[in-house]
Amino acid sequence: MNWEFILGRSLSSAIGSDAAVFALAAIGLNLHFGYTGLLNFGQVAFMALGAYGLSVTVATLGLSLWWGIPIGLALSVTLALLLGLPTLRLRADYLAIVTIAASEIVRFVARSVSMRGVTGGSFGLSGFADEFYAVNPIPGGSYGFGVVQFSARALWVIAVAWGLVAIISLMVYVLMHSPWGRVLRSIREDEDAARSLGKNVYSYKMQSLVLGGLFGTIGGFMYAISQQSVQPDTYSTPVTFYCYAIIILGGTARVLGPVLGSMIFWGLLSFTDTALRQAVGAGYIPTAIMDGTQVGQSRFVLLGLGLMLLMIFRPQGILGDRREIALDAH
Amino acid sequence: MPTDTWVDGVTPEPGVAKPDPILVVDGVTRRFGGLKAVDVEHVEFQRGAITALIGPNGAGKTTFFNLLTGFDRPDAGTWTFDGRRMAGMAAHKVARIGMVRTFQLTKALSRLTVMENMKLGATKQKGESFARALLPPLWRKQERGIEDRAADLLARFKLDNKRDDFAGTLSGGQRKLLEMARALMVQPDIVMLDEPMAGVNPALTQSLLGHVKDLRTQGMSVLFVEHDMDVVRDISDWVVVMAEGKIISEGTPDHIGQDRKVIDAYLGASHDAPTTPEEEQRQLAEAEAALDAETAEREQLQP
Repeated sequence: MNWEFILGRSLSSAIGSDAAVFALAAIGLNLHFGYTGLLNFGQVAFMALGAYGLSVTVATLGLSLWWGIPIGLALSVTLALLLGLPTLRLRADYLAIVTIAASEIVRFVARSVSMRGVTGGSFGLSGFADEFYAVNPIPGGSYGFGVVQFSARALWVIAVAWGLVAIISLMVYVLMHSPWGRVLRSIREDEDAARSLGKNVYSYKMQSLVLGGLFGTIGGFMYAISQQSVQPDTYSTPVTFYCYAIIILGGTARVLGPVLGSMIFWGLLSFTDTALRQAVGAGYIPTAIMDGTQVGQSRFVLLGLGLMLLMIFRPQGILGDRREIALDAH
Repeated sequence: MPTDTWVDGVTPEPGVAKPDPILVVDGVTRRFGGLKAVDVEHVEFQRGAITALIGPNGAGKTTFFNLLTGFDRPDAGTWTFDGRRMAGMAAHKVARIGMVRTFQLTKALSRLTVMENMKLGATKQKGESFARALLPPLWRKQERGIEDRAADLLARFKLDNKRDDFAGTLSGGQRKLLEMARALMVQPDIVMLDEPMAGVNPALTQSLLGHVKDLRTQGMSVLFVEHDMDVVRDISDWVVVMAEGKIISEGTPDHIGQDRKVIDAYLGASHDAPTTPEEEQRQLAEAEAALDAETAEREQLQP
């Protein structure tokens, strides 16, 4: 077992672009679920709109990549309004049902045969982010130390993605320490109480849905750019639940909860992956129990086990406040 | 005890006009399926007075509250608050124009601190708009003012040593106090309290009663739902009685205590209240005989 390699790979994943992308989506979900109490089970739809907004603009419409950003954001706001208008006046579970359905609708529309001319159908689109890499100020070469190495291209994506995470986290911090954030949290606790104190609950829930959706869309931009391709099935329901795992891991309703959660999530996933592969390769795990092809699934089993242990011993997540969880029992 | 003399000039009968009404209700009805939960023809509530709304369980008191405060929509009817038409107004707007309610099941915002609960109550907060929230210098000064006002109220309600605790850690009585104090942050003209004394220990009841009386002293009108007749007699200037959705009686607490219709509503119209000591004895004897017979029967059935 090459521990240096295993830990190096884990660290690369923890600070890699996927971790940043999921941190962005999870920050949005944290705004919905952690702060406002909105059960959004379709955060992936906002990511998909970002990814497709960008790629369709370039690959299909032939416009500049920079046009893709306002288009993606506009699509995101439209989806949030469509989802929120009918459901936000109703009980929380209605939003859950509608969002999970909407996220699947977005995916099925994108992969449908009749949309092949626009979204590339099930093959998706690729090679649309050249303009992003063209403005890379980092000179070519490889950066890092030991096993942790990034190309100039990868480093550029990582820098922009984590830069966005930093800016958005700061924004969430300011918002959550403002009276606006106080209203959101009061809605999470009891929306009738908020209403009885003169707060327009519906409007605040809508603002939260739109804003959190926009963060997901920005995550989608970076996901599409980092991979230089979009494929509809990347944006399926489990992605939303990874985001939930991330915010629960890091601590819900904590500004840095989703950021830390995402780093740990991707770090652990990579750790179990490389460690299991090496253990199988070195013969520590007999092939009768598991072979190399089963590592991919097994790592999620182990991660699930880890999450269960976390819920038992630290239900508030890593950054959470135990006292708040104790109050939930009421 | 009534501190005003306005009650002297008002005939104690359902729907009677008040000298200076703050809230006037006309023809408000609310059906749940076949049940007419609220069917109020006309009622007025006096400004600056403490009015109790009483009635047996299921009389429609809470539903009536929900309708007046915008938490439920009536099937028909209009009402005016301070001359302003209120029918169809959303709950948050009702609160903003000065009619604030509390809830039967206290709604403390558990995972907000006591101070945050209080500050939430303030209206017209600049920092509650998204764009301005991003620029703290725009609202920080106002926030400090709100915090000072909240601190004063907390001191008055003896919650100042709890200001940084989560509201969820407060006892039931303290939550009632917090809810009332928080409602005052809205700076209302009328406070609607839905069973403010429910589940509160006797020591705190006295303090809560004092606070309700204070509201009147400060010029606010109070309308409250209550079951405890001692409380009603102690603090209310006027009592409105509801039964089966209708207003069946109105009057001073003393008048209501003797109103046959009210007793009927609470105990059922066909109850046989003992009129003489002899009759009371007879009824007691009958009841005991019935109980004895039942016990004997049960013993026989046992193997």
